[in-house]
Amino acid sequence: MTDAQPAMNIKPDPLVQVRDLVKHFPIRQGLIIEREVGAVKAVDGISFDIQPGETLGMVGESGCGKTTAGRTILGLYPITAGSVRIAGVQVEKAEKAEMRTLRRKAQMIFQDPYASLNPRWTVSAIIGEPLRVHKLLPDEKARTDAVHELMLKVGLSPRLINRFPHEFSGGQRQRIGVARALASNPAFIVCDEPISALDVSIQAQVVNLLEDLQDELGLTYLFIAHDLSMVRHICDRVAVMYLGVIVELADRNELYEHPLHPYTQALLSAVPIPDPKKDRARQRIILTGDVPSPINPPSGCRFHPRCPIAKPHCSQLVPEWREITSGHWVACHEV
Amino acid sequence: MKPELLLDVTNLHTRFHIAEGTVYAVNGISFSLKFGETIAVVGESGCGKSVTMMSIMRLISIPPGEIADGQAMYRGRDLLQISEEEMEQIRGREIAMVFQDPMTSLNPVLTIGRQLSEALRVHLGMDNQKSRQRAIELLDLVGISDATHQLGNYPHQFSGGMRQRVMIAMALSCAPSLLIADEPTTALDVTIQAQIVELVLRLREKLDMSVIWITHDLGVVAEIAERVLVMYAGFIVEEAMVDDLYEDSRHPYTHALLAALPRVDRRRDQRLRSIPGAPPNLLVAPKGCPFAARCEYVFEHCLAEMPPLIEVGTNHRSACWFDVKTGKPR
Repeated sequence: MTDAQPAMNIKPDPLVQVRDLVKHFPIRQGLIIEREVGAVKAVDGISFDIQPGETLGMVGESGCGKTTAGRTILGLYPITAGSVRIAGVQVEKAEKAEMRTLRRKAQMIFQDPYASLNPRWTVSAIIGEPLRVHKLLPDEKARTDAVHELMLKVGLSPRLINRFPHEFSGGQRQRIGVARALASNPAFIVCDEPISALDVSIQAQVVNLLEDLQDELGLTYLFIAHDLSMVRHICDRVAVMYLGVIVELADRNELYEHPLHPYTQALLSAVPIPDPKKDRARQRIILTGDVPSPINPPSGCRFHPRCPIAKPHCSQLVPEWREITSGHWVACHEV
Repeated sequence: MKPELLLDVTNLHTRFHIAEGTVYAVNGISFSLKFGETIAVVGESGCGKSVTMMSIMRLISIPPGEIADGQAMYRGRDLLQISEEEMEQIRGREIAMVFQDPMTSLNPVLTIGRQLSEALRVHLGMDNQKSRQRAIELLDLVGISDATHQLGNYPHQFSGGMRQRVMIAMALSCAPSLLIADEPTTALDVTIQAQIVELVLRLREKLDMSVIWITHDLGVVAEIAERVLVMYAGFIVEEAMVDDLYEDSRHPYTHALLAALPRVDRRRDQRLRSIPGAPPNLLVAPKGCPFAARCEYVFEHCLAEMPPLIEVGTNHRSACWFDVKTGKPR
């Protein structure tokens, strides 16, 4: 996964295929007779593929729908419209049994290592749960052995197997979360801001662990994050979301070196660079105002009210999703 | 106290006595701040950066807290010794603070106008009409449009970035000479962070304030600070002018921290260089260098004695027994 390697020439079948995915959360009013009065349009028609062994980054500001997208793809939220196919399973139509297979093959690592582990369970119970639920290892002794092995794999001492989550630091807890996700031997993992709650010196440890595991086990990641520097480091391709839609998608260096969408340009220019001379020398695009409400997203291009280069037609026409150069997709009238 | 100094802190020790024992949060730190200067205090969670500022502002609850030793001279007065009444005159009026989470720092049941004018009435003795007028000016100053109308709104009606603007307006209401900003942009998105950083930089010039900016983000430090203090486990381990810190860091911790950061402006060339282990347990009284257990240059002496801050260049000090530049122990 070094920069020297170009994109694959012959593409295998994608492991994950998302087409026009929509997730709306209805807003209901009335106590006895509930009426639907609107919807939070959290994800409003996104499409992308993820190849086996690839890491796709998904970035955007809070409320842009990136977390909802990740959860909907895994079928944790019912899909409003569109289709998702993971390792041959059609998620929106999946029967119970198929769904169970999917849950084994597709796992998730969560942002908050404090809230995502049951405080009353031991590490052994937490990491062993997927094995128990999916009846992968019904024998308790075999399960304990497997948990041992998983702990070693993520860099935790198996001596700590009977400890409780509160006895661990944030970084170690995130390792427990990773071990749990690995327990059912998945092919695809949605990493939802897995490092944003951690300190810088610990972030690097967890990122390196995720990369090592990917090399060792051939995992495919959807890496959801708001830290654009880390996304450039870890991801092969990056999708930029704004208000429920993807506005740009490209290989990482292409995206960071030649961003085409004015939102991507503003987002990248807002990231502080830990180098004062370089930081002072560069031109910044400071966006005005806040992200509008996803209940009533702006007409036409959703970014037009904050866009520095918006033209009158931007507020009327929804921009087409176009491939500008090979593998570089963007939705903007002015590109 | 030298005349150019606004604040001069020496040998500050803050501890917390809790059921599990004593937390050694701040262990004898000294630093100063000149008139009009902006410094950044950078470090990871638990390094004592916030506790240092809370100690100076006398916002530590005692008990369980204890300021075991130290002096914090502000315009010729020791903030750690003066009476609570005197402190109330300084806090909010001469030294103002902005905190990380604008939602929990604002009172949800009072209007923005009411909260903004409180300091004006208490500290400056303004009447209702005058304080209202001034509140409108302050909201204008921090870039909130339609200020007259916004005064009647409650915090939940504002977005995160707008709330932080309100907090800054509040902090600036009495034209303080020192603004302490404790992770003011950590809860915000990068585009909003850029707005707030720009706002503070502009206001600093306009109002001729000194600023202490507390953060864990080395990127933000590069943007805002003139001078930087790096803290680790309750100690200042390095102190340098901002350019020197990034180009010529002398403490192994600063070095490792910068190497652990991926860069948005660079192609990936290798794995991240992570720092092994975790920060030390603060329940154990410090002995030797707190970074020793994670340091690649560690030798016996590091475990025995905490190195003092040693002059390594102009306005550049580092607390390390090892000279990274010559590759030899000092």
